[in-house]
Amino acid sequence: MSLALDAPAPVGFAEKIWRINWGLVLVLTAIAGVGVLALYSAAGGRLDPWASRHAVRYGAAFVLMLTVALIHPKVWLAMAWPIYVVSLALLIAVDLIGKIGMGAQRWLVIGPMQIQPSEIAKVAVILVLARYYHGLSKEQASKFLYTLPPLLVILMPVALVMVQPDLGTAMMVLMGGGALLFVAGVRLWMFLVAAVGAVACLPIAWSFMHEYQRKRVLTFLDPDRDPLGAGYHITQSKIAIGSGGLFGKGFLKGTQSSLNFLPEKQTDFIFTTFVEEWGMAGALVLLGLFALVLVWGFSIALRSQHHFGRLLALGVTAMLFLYVFINTAMVMGLLPVVGVPLPLVSNGGTAMVSVMFACGLLIGVNVYRDAQLPRTR
Amino acid sequence: MRPFRNGEGERSGLFTRRALLLAGVQGVLLSALAGRLYQLQVLETQRFATLAEENRINLRLLPPSRGLIFDRTGQPLAVNRNNFRAMATSDRGRGVDVLVERLDQILNLGETERNRLLRDLRRSRNAQPVVVRENLGWEDVARLEFNAPDLPGVFIDLGQSRDYPEGELMSHIIGYTGRVADEDLAGRDDPVLQLATMRFGKKGVERALEDDMRGRAGAVQVEVNAVGRVVRELDRTEGQPGSNALLTIDLDLQRFAAERMKDHQSGSVVVLDVITGDVIAMASTPGFDPSTFARGITQSEWRDLLENPERPLHNKAIAGVYPPGSTYKMVTALAALESKAIDPYTRLPCVGHLELGSIKFHCWLKGGHGSTNVVEAITQSCDCFFYEAARRAGIDRISDMAFRLGFGRQSDLGLPGESAANQPTRAWKQEKVGKPWQHGDTFNLGIGQGYMTATPLQLAIMTARIANGGYEVQPNLLLAKATPREELAPPPPRDKVSAPSLRINPQHMNLIREGMVQVVASGTANHLRVDGQGRLLDPSLRFAGKTGTAQVKRITERERDMGITQASLPWHLRHHALFVCYGPVENPRYACAVIIEHGMAGGATAGPIGRDVLVETMKRDPSRRNDRYRKMASR
Repeated sequence: MSLALDAPAPVGFAEKIWRINWGLVLVLTAIAGVGVLALYSAAGGRLDPWASRHAVRYGAAFVLMLTVALIHPKVWLAMAWPIYVVSLALLIAVDLIGKIGMGAQRWLVIGPMQIQPSEIAKVAVILVLARYYHGLSKEQASKFLYTLPPLLVILMPVALVMVQPDLGTAMMVLMGGGALLFVAGVRLWMFLVAAVGAVACLPIAWSFMHEYQRKRVLTFLDPDRDPLGAGYHITQSKIAIGSGGLFGKGFLKGTQSSLNFLPEKQTDFIFTTFVEEWGMAGALVLLGLFALVLVWGFSIALRSQHHFGRLLALGVTAMLFLYVFINTAMVMGLLPVVGVPLPLVSNGGTAMVSVMFACGLLIGVNVYRDAQLPRTR
Repeated sequence: MRPFRNGEGERSGLFTRRALLLAGVQGVLLSALAGRLYQLQVLETQRFATLAEENRINLRLLPPSRGLIFDRTGQPLAVNRNNFRAMATSDRGRGVDVLVERLDQILNLGETERNRLLRDLRRSRNAQPVVVRENLGWEDVARLEFNAPDLPGVFIDLGQSRDYPEGELMSHIIGYTGRVADEDLAGRDDPVLQLATMRFGKKGVERALEDDMRGRAGAVQVEVNAVGRVVRELDRTEGQPGSNALLTIDLDLQRFAAERMKDHQSGSVVVLDVITGDVIAMASTPGFDPSTFARGITQSEWRDLLENPERPLHNKAIAGVYPPGSTYKMVTALAALESKAIDPYTRLPCVGHLELGSIKFHCWLKGGHGSTNVVEAITQSCDCFFYEAARRAGIDRISDMAFRLGFGRQSDLGLPGESAANQPTRAWKQEKVGKPWQHGDTFNLGIGQGYMTATPLQLAIMTARIANGGYEVQPNLLLAKATPREELAPPPPRDKVSAPSLRINPQHMNLIREGMVQVVASGTANHLRVDGQGRLLDPSLRFAGKTGTAQVKRITERERDMGITQASLPWHLRHHALFVCYGPVENPRYACAVIIEHGMAGGATAGPIGRDVLVETMKRDPSRRNDRYRKMASR
């Protein structure tokens, strides 16, 4: 391979800074701003305990994002497998010694830090898959045999996350990975077989599910089954959203959230808190902001000159979409309550870091869109 | 765009196609979200807005204050007292150990209270408040308020609790209140009964007047949060307090009667106005302390009350049943006279016993009374005369007369727990005993023994109906009743009987009354013609009476020969002592019945009590004097 012939002129630092999608950064900051606003309201009009920390966290994650964005993709190419292996090890560790919260074992305490290894795994799977398909030709990518390793890459963390049990994250890793395989060129019939197989496996999955997970699925299918028990969350959330109407009840005037009818109003149900007060108009603005992020993601993916970047950008975009869709569909009663936060809006550190890290990777793809990456190591 | 290399173009072409497809799918799904928002927030927003309001607004009932009870002179018998309660709520039992520890330091709860509180707090659902302590003093309130920052979820609630200033003295008449039980709800759909702090009349007047004294609940609309805690008040409508009641009881006489009985373990006194039926006094000893019920009775206190052989919870005046003994002889005499089985001049012999087949029926006087007419027989309480009179009249006429005089059925008094006792009839015996009525049964009934039982109230009713010349007066405990907006005042005094006549020949009535006058003047109770100090009674206070001694255990002839006397028997086997009386002899106004359980001899034990209570009543003459009430009311 002759790299020198048509290699572009090396990109200078100023050019890198210029290539950062500042518009995207602005949109992300706006979304985080919505988060601060909603958390301020969820705390009954107080900065403590959520809104102020959310803002500080975003500031730190912002620096992280820009730093990640400026790191050359070849570094990620080299780091993909080590990061994946470490995240698997952490997942195993959390299953063994993790801290139990909300009925599931999700947290790992390392010194002063509490981390959720499943959040790292989401990014790690995307990195490894992009790395893997970067090294394959179109023909190889479409072959069944070459599809087996990525399947393993996806299913191992999915299994470990399911054990915790964290249905939401498992679904996200599975569907995010599936999206990557799809754009990488895996034959469509394999997806069909997988879909049929998944349906066939449903009864088995049901038998492995925890009682509370089954209840959630049943309650999702019929929320009025148990309006004061498991269906309470969905029912109250729908009441809050519905009573918000077109323009909402007004900032700090949401009765459902301020009177504590909403469960987990600062994390998984933050969208509800926001929409109750800002109405359908506010909801559409927020969803519009997220849609802008996705459009940006797709355009970055399409403009990348190297396959690794394309796949990485698309993987990150798919992950962000899944976050937003699963969370909002869940609080509106379209999906079972599975515990997925709304990125940059929900209170919570690890999710914020992993989302901003992923956005850093995405912007990095744009900064280094014409980098020369060797296909083989 | 740079030229593609190494098949890069192919790869990127496929990627682009599929990425755009993916983007399309995401766009569709996001549109579905927008559609769902439209459905929830535009199409169904009205429904959800209503649900949100219902969530938020809670209608709470305000318990009305319970009606007050006074005696006929206006002295309070049941009142409401402000009760400062310390209440606590906990959030799903979190941090209760620390909370209870702090409360213990401030209020000195003690071991058992601490455990109860811990249990209640852990059990309480939906942040329902739990009572920490009732009836707080000012110091406790102040200390709790001072330490409020350290006591999350603890608050002071001002409620009302029932207070009975006379305690044990009025315990049987007033009764008590307790938590609303399931059976109390039957037929009452008053929502206020669902309140945890609500109390319901369980016994006595509290029970009888429950529906009058409860009042109507007010309501307050409050905004609540998800755990039901009140955030602010939106609207309030005041309720209406319950009706107040004036009882016919004269508290001073009631106290006098109870005082007079306190030398005896167990017994009862009833005083009636023979014209109006007003219950002037109704005492039953021993009583109980109703405040134990107001503050919540403990298991062991309850067991002690239930297992006490003197049955303190039992209102013996209306629920105690005893053979009336010789006090029943007026019934037998009236039945015989009215049926013309005997006439005023009929004289019947007594040799100390009467034989019926092989059975010997004894007279209480071993040597016999010789020949007596009906007045003399009552005076001397000659058993043989009444055996024969009963035989001549027959069971049907006796029981008929007894029913007319008030035996064998509940009166119109209205207090819960009143017994009908037992007036035997042919049909009754056939049904309950399974054997036909025998002559021997009639003999026993003639002297108020055998199957016959009566309550002290029934004995007083009988005496009152004889005293008033044969009018069917009914006992009455409620003098007046009024809502808090109306004036509570006793009706004007009444001197004419309004009850229907029993249609008994006045001449026969006079004979019976003459007999009862002679009982005190020269008969079995002639020791009562003087007062406790041995002074002859004032003529205006002269009274008539009849003694009775009711057999609990028959002393056989052999035992009598062995020298076994009443006093040597254990308490629970001794005879009951009874005495009924009315006065003044001219123009009778009050009747009194006394029973001393196992008091051995009616004339000796029950008689002096009856005399003293009746004389005191006549002296005070509560039925003709309303001036004392006016004085109380104007205070």
